[in-house]
Amino acid sequence: MACSASACQSNCYKTQQEEEAVKANNNTNSFAANISSSNNNSNSGLCLKCKANQPISSNSDGGDDARFCIDCFRGNLFGKFRFAVTSNAMIAPTDNVLVAFSGGPSSRVALQFVHEMHSKAQKNFDACRDRSLPVFGVGVAFVDESSVYSAPSNETDKVIGDVRLIVENLAPPSKELYIVPIESVYSSDSGDGRERLKKLLDAVGDATGREDLLLHLRMLALQKVASQNGYNRLLLGSCVSRIACHVISATVKGQGYSLPADVQYVDARWEIPVVLPLRDCLAKELTMLCRLDGLKTVELIRSPCTGINGLVSSFVTLLQEENPSRECTIMRTAGKLIPFHFNKIEEIDDSNVLLATRRRQKRYNLKPNESFSSESFCFICNSPLSRSDLLSLKNLESHKTSSVCCSSCQFQILPQDPSSVNELYTLLPEQLFARAKHDNLDHCSAIREQIQDCLLSEGEDET
Amino acid sequence: MEESADGKAKKAGARLCCLCHQKKAALKRPKTLEQICRECFYEVFEEEIHQVIVENQLFKPGERIALGASGGKDSTVLAYVLSELNRRHNYGLDLFLLSVDEGITGYRDDSLETVKRNEIQYGLPLKIVSYKDLYGWTMDEIVKMIGLKNNCTFCGVFRRQALDRGAALLKVDKLATGHNADDIAETVLLNILRGDIARLSRCTSIVTGEDGPIPRCKPFKYTYEKEIVMYAYFKRLDYFSTECIYSPNAYRGFAREFIKDLERIRPRAILDIIKSGENFRISTSTKMPEQGTCERCGYISSQKWCKACVLLEGLNRGLPKLGIGRTRGLNNDDKKDTKKTNGTKSIESKQCGTLDF
Repeated sequence: MACSASACQSNCYKTQQEEEAVKANNNTNSFAANISSSNNNSNSGLCLKCKANQPISSNSDGGDDARFCIDCFRGNLFGKFRFAVTSNAMIAPTDNVLVAFSGGPSSRVALQFVHEMHSKAQKNFDACRDRSLPVFGVGVAFVDESSVYSAPSNETDKVIGDVRLIVENLAPPSKELYIVPIESVYSSDSGDGRERLKKLLDAVGDATGREDLLLHLRMLALQKVASQNGYNRLLLGSCVSRIACHVISATVKGQGYSLPADVQYVDARWEIPVVLPLRDCLAKELTMLCRLDGLKTVELIRSPCTGINGLVSSFVTLLQEENPSRECTIMRTAGKLIPFHFNKIEEIDDSNVLLATRRRQKRYNLKPNESFSSESFCFICNSPLSRSDLLSLKNLESHKTSSVCCSSCQFQILPQDPSSVNELYTLLPEQLFARAKHDNLDHCSAIREQIQDCLLSEGEDET
Repeated sequence: MEESADGKAKKAGARLCCLCHQKKAALKRPKTLEQICRECFYEVFEEEIHQVIVENQLFKPGERIALGASGGKDSTVLAYVLSELNRRHNYGLDLFLLSVDEGITGYRDDSLETVKRNEIQYGLPLKIVSYKDLYGWTMDEIVKMIGLKNNCTFCGVFRRQALDRGAALLKVDKLATGHNADDIAETVLLNILRGDIARLSRCTSIVTGEDGPIPRCKPFKYTYEKEIVMYAYFKRLDYFSTECIYSPNAYRGFAREFIKDLERIRPRAILDIIKSGENFRISTSTKMPEQGTCERCGYISSQKWCKACVLLEGLNRGLPKLGIGRTRGLNNDDKKDTKKTNGTKSIESKQCGTLDF
């Protein structure tokens, strides 16, 4: 738990902790001292939790968290993270985890916590004689979107340099850093990725649609780098505040059906399952931790949200100011919706895997019978499609591709005019179509398997 | 289609209606932003409501239907359009106007005059039930006793029951209210913001209370508020637009303002919110309060006494705080009303004053 070398500030808590321990000892030695200290608690406003240290801020305007001392505050946040990780089987000892690091405070904390967990696991591994439990692997990915925002190259270089410095300055073992240009979503052999991406985004008329498409492409880029480098978990720093905004904007875009898929701890509809261990932390808390621990963040070159997303985020900010628990309530409402079957890590049945590893896969929330399945996904945003979505699609003229698209993407990303739709299709990354085809084939063969015994001929065409 | 309309418009010097391509476009339709003429607007507006009624089988031939009538724009347009459609498509309905007189001087007495004119204009029989008759108290008297705090709680609870009582007196089969798409979208958002999953699951149903004595339906579920105003304006319908004097100043909630902002950049957002609300995957086993009847008045209630009886008991015993702030639901109202009277914004918009809620 020592602070990282680059960011050591004056209040190094190791020594502070020791001091506290000494103080506590003294207190237990004399009953009178104990009483006086508890009197002090009620009077001088000590940390709410340990009742020993000074809180971060004595006045209550910082919320409950500010009434914790630094150690309890950090412990509380890390506790939420660790609980999310262990109770959803997010990281097993054999896993290889890629942390998506944007440079912002949320993913910075995610990186820090994964790093701390990793160091601890490494320590245990080194101390353990039989070395039965392997240590999970950690990598970091940064998506470089400078080609979209056409930022000057020296600024981009500076951002990437800062990111590199942050990752290098984490205590050893060193972590692999991948700088992923967003245009890498196109296959590498065509050198015109940048151009194609620009054209693609220009072809989307709706500002909100463009933003969302970029978001989908970012995920695609992360998936690609994770898959190519042998990772089997993608860890994002999405926090309560972020998810609350997503809940409202998904509702506004008519994506109520697929919404529960996006707000769970685990989202395994992707090739590399995505995990959100900071799902229960507020953006404010994470920013505060960065400040207190001197965790360096990077100023991002990104244009501010416009359109629907911008409107939603200012609405949620307004509500949060009016009531500090609003974001949590919003997320909890969405949490009560029924998740999908892919919102959990598949249990390992393989007997080759050590029992200790398998036992680590505790899970508390999802019961499989509660979540009914959905077979088709939107080929752009990968959201599960509702039955009514599919029905309305059947009424539309079928496209050349086998891909289906949710009504929201249909409206805000695809052009209205059919001829420009085909043009847009040529600009989209091939990977999207590959994924859609794969899903549909999977689904077809799964259905076939179920009815296999009743089929008389082998051919597909006799339907 | 729009492009061809543009081309024609340039030649003709003025835009033509993009539906009939004959008349000059007179308005931009709020729902779709199509430029259309007045006649086409009336037609699509009425036809959409007709389709909603048919597709959802809101009415059966021979039914007696009460229309909640406050004299405001929604209920006035509802009365006008439904009597028109009833005639045009032979629904075979007996329509009645049902108004509640809360006893608010300077507000309800004036709006009731509007409803009485509507009775004559549309030839629909009118029934007025008053708080004074039903409960022995007018809102004026209640406010005199309890002040401007929580008064909306009393009014809301009493009105709900008053409408049902009035509907029972008229012996109608169903009650149609003027809730519009904006109202429903706002309710969806509010239920998300409050974490009320049970209400979230039913707030988008077009028919509610089917297990109760008199089901309610919302024929305007997909009709935009702006289009209702536009329809009333062009048809020169006689309606009353003053706000309740006890729910002060031209106050709008955060949620309502947010919806208006959304509508400005993407009109279809309102329909999308409703669609989301309909498609939310909510477990059917979500706990619903068990429904019983009030031991005192026999009205549906989940408790021993219904809310109206609890509130009334408080009033009659001179303890108006009784029944307020005890249960969680009322706690919320309490907070909200306090804020309202202070003139600060809350997340919620209109809830009082009109019969629409």
